[in-house]
Amino acid sequence: MRFATEIVVFSVFAFAALVGAGLGVDAPFRQHMWVLFFVLAGFTAILLRNIEFKPAAPIDPSAYMDGPIRYGAIATVFWGVVGMLVGVVIALQLAYPDLNIQPWFNFGRLRPLHTSGVVFAFGGNALICTSLYVVQRTCRARLFGGKLAWFVFWGYQLFIVMAATGYLLGVTEGREYAEPEWYVDIWLTIVWVAYLILFLGTILKRREPHIYVANWFYLSFIVTIAMLHVIDNLTMPASLLGSKSYSAFSGVQDALTQWWYGHNAVGFFLTAGFLGMMYYFVPKQANRPVYSYRLSIIHFWALIFLYIWAGPHHLHYTALPDWAQTLGMAFSIMLWMPSWGGMINGLMTLSGAWDKIRTDPIIRMMVAAIAFYGMSTFEGPIMSIRTVNSLSHYTDWTIGHVHSGALGWVGMISFGALYYMVPKLWNRERLYSLRFVTWHFWLATLGIVVYAAAMWVSGVMQGLMWREYNDQGFLVYSFAESVAAMHPYYVMRAAGGTMYLAGMLIMAWNITMTILGRQREEQPLPGSVSAFQPAE
Amino acid sequence: MGLMAKHALIERNATLLLVGSLLVVTIGGIVEIAPLFYLDNTIEKVEGMRPYSPLELAGRNIYVREGCYLCHSQMIRPFRDEVERYGHYSLAAESMYDHPFQWGSKRTGPDLARVGDRYSNEWHTQHLTNPRSVVPESIMPSYGFLKDTQIAVKDFSTHLLANARVGVPYTPDMIANANADLKAQADPAADTTELEKRYPKAKVGDFDGDPAQVTEMDALIAYLQMLGTLVDFKTYDDAAGYR
Repeated sequence: MRFATEIVVFSVFAFAALVGAGLGVDAPFRQHMWVLFFVLAGFTAILLRNIEFKPAAPIDPSAYMDGPIRYGAIATVFWGVVGMLVGVVIALQLAYPDLNIQPWFNFGRLRPLHTSGVVFAFGGNALICTSLYVVQRTCRARLFGGKLAWFVFWGYQLFIVMAATGYLLGVTEGREYAEPEWYVDIWLTIVWVAYLILFLGTILKRREPHIYVANWFYLSFIVTIAMLHVIDNLTMPASLLGSKSYSAFSGVQDALTQWWYGHNAVGFFLTAGFLGMMYYFVPKQANRPVYSYRLSIIHFWALIFLYIWAGPHHLHYTALPDWAQTLGMAFSIMLWMPSWGGMINGLMTLSGAWDKIRTDPIIRMMVAAIAFYGMSTFEGPIMSIRTVNSLSHYTDWTIGHVHSGALGWVGMISFGALYYMVPKLWNRERLYSLRFVTWHFWLATLGIVVYAAAMWVSGVMQGLMWREYNDQGFLVYSFAESVAAMHPYYVMRAAGGTMYLAGMLIMAWNITMTILGRQREEQPLPGSVSAFQPAE
Repeated sequence: MGLMAKHALIERNATLLLVGSLLVVTIGGIVEIAPLFYLDNTIEKVEGMRPYSPLELAGRNIYVREGCYLCHSQMIRPFRDEVERYGHYSLAAESMYDHPFQWGSKRTGPDLARVGDRYSNEWHTQHLTNPRSVVPESIMPSYGFLKDTQIAVKDFSTHLLANARVGVPYTPDMIANANADLKAQADPAADTTELEKRYPKAKVGDFDGDPAQVTEMDALIAYLQMLGTLVDFKTYDDAAGYR
């Protein structure tokens, strides 16, 4: 009988959630458990309606398992729209504070929803679905573990829903980018270990002698995130039926553990994983081999070794000892080299195919992504120098830097991968529209430029206003004056974000139509068809 | 390139690749984080530091819950402008009982490490309820709902106990009196001699203008009013605390 076990498990957990909703010691926990109950009960109902007593059709063990990847592609687009929409909302809240609606939709509760929404929901789904796509094709093996991939997919969505609703209810550990509370963390640990088993199991049963370079990056990303997540989230709950827990570490130790985690969420989640994506999809779309095999070896080991050290640059001039700050700074500057090694390897893969930037909007998107990767990994080491950091820290410059990496690199390389993958996953001849891809590309690129430029100006201005002295030795500006001066830039930033979101919505439409099997009737892009036929 | 040729070994063995990358990524963390647990200047004790009183801890939990750390730092850097604007630069010891730390990474609003005693309770209540009525340029959200929300925790001693388990020196006496202290600190009619012995320098009395009940506003203001007030910098020896 199909779904029998699942239904039993789901209903048991739904009952447990109901018990938690009744016995919880604090209101946010009770509300959170109600959310969990309704999600699980809804799931049980859906499965019950789809139950079948016929024996399941036999599975061809030589075929790739693409079901969870199709769902993952849809989830990536969905969470991307949600996460970026929340981003635009909080950008507008900073420009127009009356848009805050207490208590659930205040900036302080929505901001983690935005960061987790784009990093873990959009980025995480993109990583999981592309990694499962890539590992099967480069190992020539079906995913390991039967239904395990489905568990990873749905388990991860449950994590997202619990984390997101928790933020709005005020359930948070209060540590940036690791906000979910202890019980959500435990659930993510289970899902993540399952993901590791799934990925490693598939590599182990490969029918290729070599493990392809993209899989090194994916594997190191999965295993490092597991380590970071577990150690950073060591907490002591006040009650097993309550939402509040206290971090195992305090003060300085907690700060460095958190930024060791935080910076490597950038280094491994948003960089190593997406480099894996680059190493498969760029050569595929360009139809060229990876530029240098040796460079890939050197930059892989250098990147993962150096990244881990960079965390203390988030704590310059704080109560963290100077030697740790110096280590963080030195390693951040060294990190520039492997980062650019990756960029060069990606860009030079286009050797002999540079004309495709003009003719193929998907390649154009990927190249822009790699270029943004190069720019933000150049800006990062500069900002990690203590003297620069004394100005940039605590200001919008940091926000601008993060977004040139997140929107430019992470966003664009994921869009490129999705545009490549979706027609293949659904056996479509081509995308619904290539002109829509061009629109997406320009909206996204211009959006990033507006966003980053506004944040550079506002960040540097903030930093300078705070330290401005007059000739009599008095501080010139009150803090409130520096807040007022930010207004025009906050409006511009919201405009840039809106453009990027508009591009995302065009993509959502394009992908939906492609899945439905439509093809837009449109003029071919200039240059994609040769004006002259070669003589025969 | 003998070394490069040997890399094929790792490329053909998934276990080797997994173990190798895990080893490589653990080194940096161990070198940087582990010493912080025993070096003198990161575990120094400074005269005046004490664990949070129950009401202050409840207030701190609200600070965390509302995501205040996303716009306010609690870490003053040793620069002339910051020290003049916010007060003495922050010491490691001043956040030794902070589980989690709340140093923050962004100043959309000002630093709060030493906001205690700077404004009156009435100012805080008004500012949290309607920020732009006292600071016209402010872009802070309103937190008026805190004034209408009573602190509803079944047993607050479990929170002190959890902190004690991760190393905060709460005594059995403090844990036993947690629930009583929580209410007494915001009650102008209560006898707080014992409480002030347990938590020296604790601010007592009504905070939110409503003495009849203990609200989340009381707790948050009690926390804000003690921030940065525990260490007396008239007697603190800067040279001894130099990092």
